[in-house]
Amino acid sequence: MTETVITADKLTKKFGDFIATNEISFEVKKGEIFGFLGANGAGKTTAMRMFCGLLMPSSGAASVAGFDVYKQTEQIKKSIGYMSQRFSLYEDLTVKENIRFYAGIYGMSRSAIKEKSVLLLNQLNLSGEVNTLVKSLPLGWKQKLAFSVAIFHEPKIVFLDEPTGGVDPITRREFWNLIYQAAERGITIFVTTHYMDEAEYCNRVSIMVDGKIEALDTPRNLKKTYAAKSMDEVFLQLVRGAKRGE
Amino acid sequence: MPSIAVENIIKKYGSKKEPVTALDDVSLEVSKGELFGVIGPDGAGKTSLFRILTTLLLADSGTATVDGFDVVKQYKEIRNRIGYMPGKFSLYQDLTVEENLRFFATIFNTSIQENYELIKEIYVQIEPFKDRRAGKLSGGMKQKLALCCALIHRPSVLFLDEPTTGVDAVSRKEFWEMLKALKQQGISILVSTPYMDEAELCDRVALIQSGKIMSIDMPQHIIQKFTKTMWSVRSAEMVRLLNDLQHYSNTEKCYAFGEFHHLVLKNESGGKDEILQYLQHLAHHEIELHLAQPNIEDCFIELMGNNKS
Repeated sequence: MTETVITADKLTKKFGDFIATNEISFEVKKGEIFGFLGANGAGKTTAMRMFCGLLMPSSGAASVAGFDVYKQTEQIKKSIGYMSQRFSLYEDLTVKENIRFYAGIYGMSRSAIKEKSVLLLNQLNLSGEVNTLVKSLPLGWKQKLAFSVAIFHEPKIVFLDEPTGGVDPITRREFWNLIYQAAERGITIFVTTHYMDEAEYCNRVSIMVDGKIEALDTPRNLKKTYAAKSMDEVFLQLVRGAKRGE
Repeated sequence: MPSIAVENIIKKYGSKKEPVTALDDVSLEVSKGELFGVIGPDGAGKTSLFRILTTLLLADSGTATVDGFDVVKQYKEIRNRIGYMPGKFSLYQDLTVEENLRFFATIFNTSIQENYELIKEIYVQIEPFKDRRAGKLSGGMKQKLALCCALIHRPSVLFLDEPTTGVDAVSRKEFWEMLKALKQQGISILVSTPYMDEAELCDRVALIQSGKIMSIDMPQHIIQKFTKTMWSVRSAEMVRLLNDLQHYSNTEKCYAFGEFHHLVLKNESGGKDEILQYLQHLAHHEIELHLAQPNIEDCFIELMGNNKS
């Protein structure tokens, strides 16, 4: 039996009368690449924030890396990594400083940081750029570095919020190679994206509509269920009926 | 007279010692009533080009005209005639929907009533929220309001800088339908996007990367220029399959493409049978292999490869 790293059971978040996330239930296994899709405003960000221990649910239950989202938020934060297109690295710090900063926050020792930095920089072909400010790196390098930094402390799960937005098609694929490598090492990937071809790269995909999970399956089964040629079609069929905006 | 004419524009940022070239000898023309797409990733130079054409930034060299007016000498004329929707939401967050629209109409010496017909189809979708402050709108509604404000003075040329970035697939489709309707009104539109699939919705596109235009043409012509044979391959283990195909001696290029991998061979003669043999030898099962129709993203990848070497 593969270990379950995320469970959600009727997880709900209300803001006043507004039900942002409405009784969502699912499980994610260790090493799985789980695509978390939905239209703008469907409730993805609210759900993600609860899983990351940043937002208290209104009702329902959930655990992340074995920790409870109500009571053990600090342990959750230590066990996860997070990266988004908008927030990732500090632009005014160098490559090396960013690595040291993030790894330090997660409590890694100086020697471990040093040792692992060398490996990482070699792997990303960034050895010549250790003292370069992150803001002067090309976007593609930045995104790859941001992902590597997010999993530097070997979290059980990494949350990726639209990690590839605006990236060129070659870099986008290199980025997914990094995702596959991390998943093979047993890191669970929880990813949102607006690129429907990327939905195909996930082991399983959930699609949220108006706060609820309307569909959850492998891309292949989803296409079969909805008699669709592509994930794009599946998405359109489900989301066209959405009532609410962002 | 073309709506937009750009000739040999160069724009560099940074210090003299370490210049960053945002636009490297860019030339293009947009005809009256054309829907022209500038397709490329972040950092390709799209926004610099837009800012030069909207007279907000000076080029280092080269010339450009909009509606026949020079972007440097006749910037005031241009500003009266164009609509510009920047990538970042730039309306007044503290004004309501209606106040924003009235504000922009007044600035251009017109009224909402005068050009209501032009924005009607878009505006009715946000009209129920006309007393809501712009800052409190959803992303999709903000986008629609920004488009209305850019249109309220009936511009002859419309500049839309990444209007669909970060927008979900459904809202993106709706937005492109709105653009098609505007085109019918004779407005020339220059629109930029990092989404390759949107290229096919434009009359013509420029594919841009690192400040250089790699190709300008109708989307279907760009695709026709991709003359190599391309295969779609799938098996039960997609990650291993990609790795194995990339190490195949006859592979020129192989990359993931949705539910299939796209494969271009160095030498076509052995073709399908040889690939199948190779994959069966490596114990792949549930293999599917067929000829694929390239799209703009394949062309972009191909052109990027050419530019690197």
